[in-house]
Amino acid sequence: MAIDYLPLLILIILAMGFAAIAMGLPAVLGPKLPNKQKYEPYESGIIPFADARRRFPVQYYLVAMLFVVFDIEVIFLYPWAVILNRLGLFALVEMAIFLLILLVGYVYCWKRGALDWGGQVRPGDDVVESQVVESQVEEE
Amino acid sequence: MNIAALTANLHVILPEMVLAAFALLVILADMLRQDEEESRLLPLLTLAGILAAMAATAWIWNRPVASYQEGAIADGFALGARTVILVAAGLATLLSMGYLPRINRQMGEYYALVLLATLGMTMMASATDLIVLFLALEIFSLALYILSGYYRKNPRSTEASMKYFLLGAFASSFFVYGAALLYGAAGTTQLREIGNLLASDHGNPNLLWPGIALLLVGFGFKVSLVPFHMWTPDVYQGAPTPVTAFMSAGTKTAAFAAFVRVLMEALPAQQIQWGWALAVLAVLTMTVGNLTALRQLSLKRMLAYSSVANAGYILVALVPGTAQGSKAALFYLLTYAFMNVGALAVVITLEKIDELDALQNRAAGLADRWPLLALAMSIFMLSLSGIPPLAGFFGKFFVFQAAVEGGWTWLAVVGVLNSAISAYYYLRVMVAMYFHEAEEPVQPRRWGGLSLSLALTALATVIIGLYPSLWTGFLSGLGG
Amino acid sequence: MTWSMLFFVLVGAVSLAAAAGVVLSRQPVHSALFLLTNFATLAVLYVTLEAQFLAAAQVIIYAGGIVILILFVIMLIGGETNDFVARQRSWTRGVALGLGILLLASLSYSVFQGFNQPPADVTAIQGGIPEAVGQALFTQYLLPFELASILLLVALLGALVLGRHGTVAHTGSQPASPPPSSDD
Repeated sequence: MAIDYLPLLILIILAMGFAAIAMGLPAVLGPKLPNKQKYEPYESGIIPFADARRRFPVQYYLVAMLFVVFDIEVIFLYPWAVILNRLGLFALVEMAIFLLILLVGYVYCWKRGALDWGGQVRPGDDVVESQVVESQVEEE
Repeated sequence: MNIAALTANLHVILPEMVLAAFALLVILADMLRQDEEESRLLPLLTLAGILAAMAATAWIWNRPVASYQEGAIADGFALGARTVILVAAGLATLLSMGYLPRINRQMGEYYALVLLATLGMTMMASATDLIVLFLALEIFSLALYILSGYYRKNPRSTEASMKYFLLGAFASSFFVYGAALLYGAAGTTQLREIGNLLASDHGNPNLLWPGIALLLVGFGFKVSLVPFHMWTPDVYQGAPTPVTAFMSAGTKTAAFAAFVRVLMEALPAQQIQWGWALAVLAVLTMTVGNLTALRQLSLKRMLAYSSVANAGYILVALVPGTAQGSKAALFYLLTYAFMNVGALAVVITLEKIDELDALQNRAAGLADRWPLLALAMSIFMLSLSGIPPLAGFFGKFFVFQAAVEGGWTWLAVVGVLNSAISAYYYLRVMVAMYFHEAEEPVQPRRWGGLSLSLALTALATVIIGLYPSLWTGFLSGLGG
Repeated sequence: MTWSMLFFVLVGAVSLAAAAGVVLSRQPVHSALFLLTNFATLAVLYVTLEAQFLAAAQVIIYAGGIVILILFVIMLIGGETNDFVARQRSWTRGVALGLGILLLASLSYSVFQGFNQPPADVTAIQGGIPEAVGQALFTQYLLPFELASILLLVALLGALVLGRHGTVAHTGSQPASPPPSSDD
């Protein structure tokens, strides 16, 4: 019961302790020589080129959406894998239908360029009309 | 549980399986097509799917009443509601054919979403389990949020989508909270079992009442009852008009069918209490809907408020909690699907290119130049205002008859008075068409599917009205 | 008993505080982080209720997936703080607050009253372990399971419609909005 989660509690305490030590010791012992570079956001050594508070391309949203959908799929796969031996072929078919439906959606997103970052034009994209709309906006 | 038990009565969900298969086919076809021309095949594929689902429904009708895993049922009521939804979806597809290329070229997603929304609606109409009910509700709601914003370059369409989504998500959470409380009260999600447990005093009444109240809010939003109707005019007006047509007939049918089933199967013992709550809501809905519709200049907003008022009439049939009432509601939904989709089809013909709506003065002088179109619109308007011998009259007649025989005469009187008010704004459109001069020459937009759906809806509205005996047979053929 | 009660009260307090933080925080990113805290504490509460599978799902889907999605949406809209709060009419806030308190009071009253009743015969899954969940999900709740895949498909298609590039809808339809950044 609750005692089963004791290792988890110990892990949490250890992790918090490690973080406290890792941040506390340098603060106490380290030399403090501030300069401009040190106050910039650290992103794996790449020099920041703009403020982070700006609009990001919509592709990020699509990728996140795909991620959530397949996240949910994974959570369904987990109890399915546990139970598969008992239910046998029928459970296999059930999951196959489930996966097939999502797979079609996934391949469709892929084909429609949801995962492309470039500016390729694909059949069905409204490129021509969108230019018309933009020029109308300028006239207004 | 063995496999035989899991696949028994699988035919109950055959129409849904057909719709899902065709939705996947539409996606695949859109993926494999070579050029723009071939995308004209997509609406035809969609229509084929809807017709196949209708055939499946008809096939099930001749079989004994069966239920799949206590989650979905194929009794007369569910099958009737499915048919109405499929009719609405088919008509909406016809309307979309010439409409869609103008507003958004993403055909594949559109038709796939139409099919999936139809699937959600038919599933909801036949669901007998709160979990299935909620999933079905979410499937078609989500699809409609997207579809109502499909004219992406038009800010009104985006606004409609956003409003619908925010308020709809809010209403869904009310619904699911109510379902959870009902589950807490009864200990099961199956509607019939909930009814048995609650009737035998095994339930927990303290959780029951807030559960019913919250479910009522959820349903009230979907069928747009006052005071949960605020989204209706903006969404109906801002959505592409074929989507408005689909939404007004389909969502109403699905949500009312599920509403009836929850009330009649899970909560029959509490009829005295919810009967009064529904009666108050019905009076509010009819009155506010009609009085607000009087002031509308836009045809789509007028029809939106009229749809609010119509939800009120249908609710009148539900108040007594009788089988007669549920049948009357379903019949009303059938007539409403034809006359409302037809009226919106006329609105499509009158719309200016790049606009989503037509003002009433666009109809002025229509009768001189386009007599057939004016005639069709007159049929829809007369039917909506309940003038015999058109379909709308018999819809209202059965609804008010059910109320009177259930002992709610005063409610029927309020309904009749409201009908009289509503005649004013419906007939105003006709006055404009026949007696006013056209301010600017209107060149109606037309394509094959549009003309076909106009002819079908006008004919159905007249035929149901001329031969109601055909349809009362349809009514008596429905199970409980 | 008292220890588990104390634990529940502590975790519940953190959960409530985080939920309040989501609503009250002015910075959308802070709201998202409060939401993460809230999801994590809920997972802990599920574990104490012996619903281990639900707890795992809570962490993987909500804390792992939904919060990421929300952060991405915040990035998509832009991180400005004050524009998020729409101007309201002065009285609507008061009315909404009053009605909300009324709803909260009546719901909590009935739920607390519900505790005094003998519980309904809930035939819930015994122990939220994956075997029991799987057994129920893939036999008794087969139809909802397959419907879930349809729902996810609708979500995928919807995301595709909203996020398709090539359509420049947001620049065209909203002249009043600030000009999009150069690589948009």
